[in-house]
Amino acid sequence: MLMCLAIPARIEQLTADNHAIVNLAGIRKEISLALVEDIVPGDYVIVHVGFALQKLDLIEAENTLALFAELSAFNQNS
Amino acid sequence: MKYIDEFRDGALAQKIAASIAAEVNSQHDYHFMEFCGGHTHAISRYGIVDLLPDNVHMIHGPGCPVCVLPIGRVENAIQLAQTPQLILCSYGDMLRIPTASGMSLLKAKAQGADIRMIHSSADAIKIAQENPRHQVVFFAIGFETTTPPTAVAIKQAQALGLSNFSVFCNHVLTPSAISHILQSPEVRQLNLIRLDGFIGPAHVSTVIGSRPYEYFAEEFQKPVVIAGFEPLDVMQAILMLIRQLNQGRAEVENEFTRAVLPNGNIKAQMLVAEVFELRRTFEWRGLGLVPYSALKIKSAYADFDAEQRFQMPALSIADNKACECGAILRGVKKPQDCKIFGTVCTPENPIGSCMVSSEGACAAHYSYGRFRAEKPITAKEN
Repeated sequence: MLMCLAIPARIEQLTADNHAIVNLAGIRKEISLALVEDIVPGDYVIVHVGFALQKLDLIEAENTLALFAELSAFNQNS
Repeated sequence: MKYIDEFRDGALAQKIAASIAAEVNSQHDYHFMEFCGGHTHAISRYGIVDLLPDNVHMIHGPGCPVCVLPIGRVENAIQLAQTPQLILCSYGDMLRIPTASGMSLLKAKAQGADIRMIHSSADAIKIAQENPRHQVVFFAIGFETTTPPTAVAIKQAQALGLSNFSVFCNHVLTPSAISHILQSPEVRQLNLIRLDGFIGPAHVSTVIGSRPYEYFAEEFQKPVVIAGFEPLDVMQAILMLIRQLNQGRAEVENEFTRAVLPNGNIKAQMLVAEVFELRRTFEWRGLGLVPYSALKIKSAYADFDAEQRFQMPALSIADNKACECGAILRGVKKPQDCKIFGTVCTPENPIGSCMVSSEGACAAHYSYGRFRAEKPITAKEN
């Protein structure tokens, strides 16, 4: 088992006892939402040992990707 | 997969590599430690070192939870697992860690001990519910990422009135380990390791936030850039570290803004604070005794503390003499410096813990790097 190598998973549906079904690259798995708040289907979360640790900020994800892209534009111009 | 593939784009990686190459000062060497095993794995798996100029050196840190647990604690778990009517639950990686005598939890299981591999602390609770006549002990290990799930399990056991569940707590803390490395004689006096900056952990930081690292930046004047675990994240973090050094800055920067907030996950931190307190000292493989570097279960939850419930002697056992895990965890040596690397010690037959976990420096180098040509100028830490 990979202790830290968690990947972002998409919340598919909320289930009983503050759990949710996530889609991890096509694999459906039930995880606990005990450590996060205000999660709705469609959110992406970082899953670690069966728990969502944090909600992914999709705007920040886009910003980071834009930063990489900007960087490459800078390279092309320079 | 969304939010993964974009961060593994090879063309973009080349672009960031070009920026790094353009911005490094060829008169300087840059030595960066990636604290976390997840980054060690990513650096090896994606061949990031091959994208870096020869004067940028990556040093593996001790952030592999399986690797840093000393043999004495593994021996405790093996002895515990041999107790009649006891089920020991463990994350998979721990099962193959060898002790001095070549024993492991996996071998103990083969000899009849009831050891269950679990993927979540919630599994251990379920096993305890299903086996009311057995004592069920969860062998809890890991950094700040795995600690909140253990806290949830203990709270749940209390709510369910589970009298047969307890936790053998081995949770450790990232900031104390970084401090310890920065204060070690190897860094401060002997100059065996040069450390110019740190790549800060990804998932640990989702829990603790970016603030705990500010101390290192200020006190030790070392820049820290928190990075995600994907290869572009790591490349970008290296570029940000280089820029800080070139500009004479030592700040905490966050590349992993999509998951790390300055204050982290407060809900998780509060749960941890409710259930755990600091240990005065704890032994780490490679680092020795590190003050205030680990957690124990608070007396209010003593009913769920395996160290209170069972006789568990304090064992301090030296590593196999031939194994260089200790020096590798301190960043003093590299896997390929170890005489038994890849010969006697392989992932199939690990002698040391760094070869067991996929996050371990030796396992990562064995899987992805051992046929790679060394860089022309080998990075002798000077």
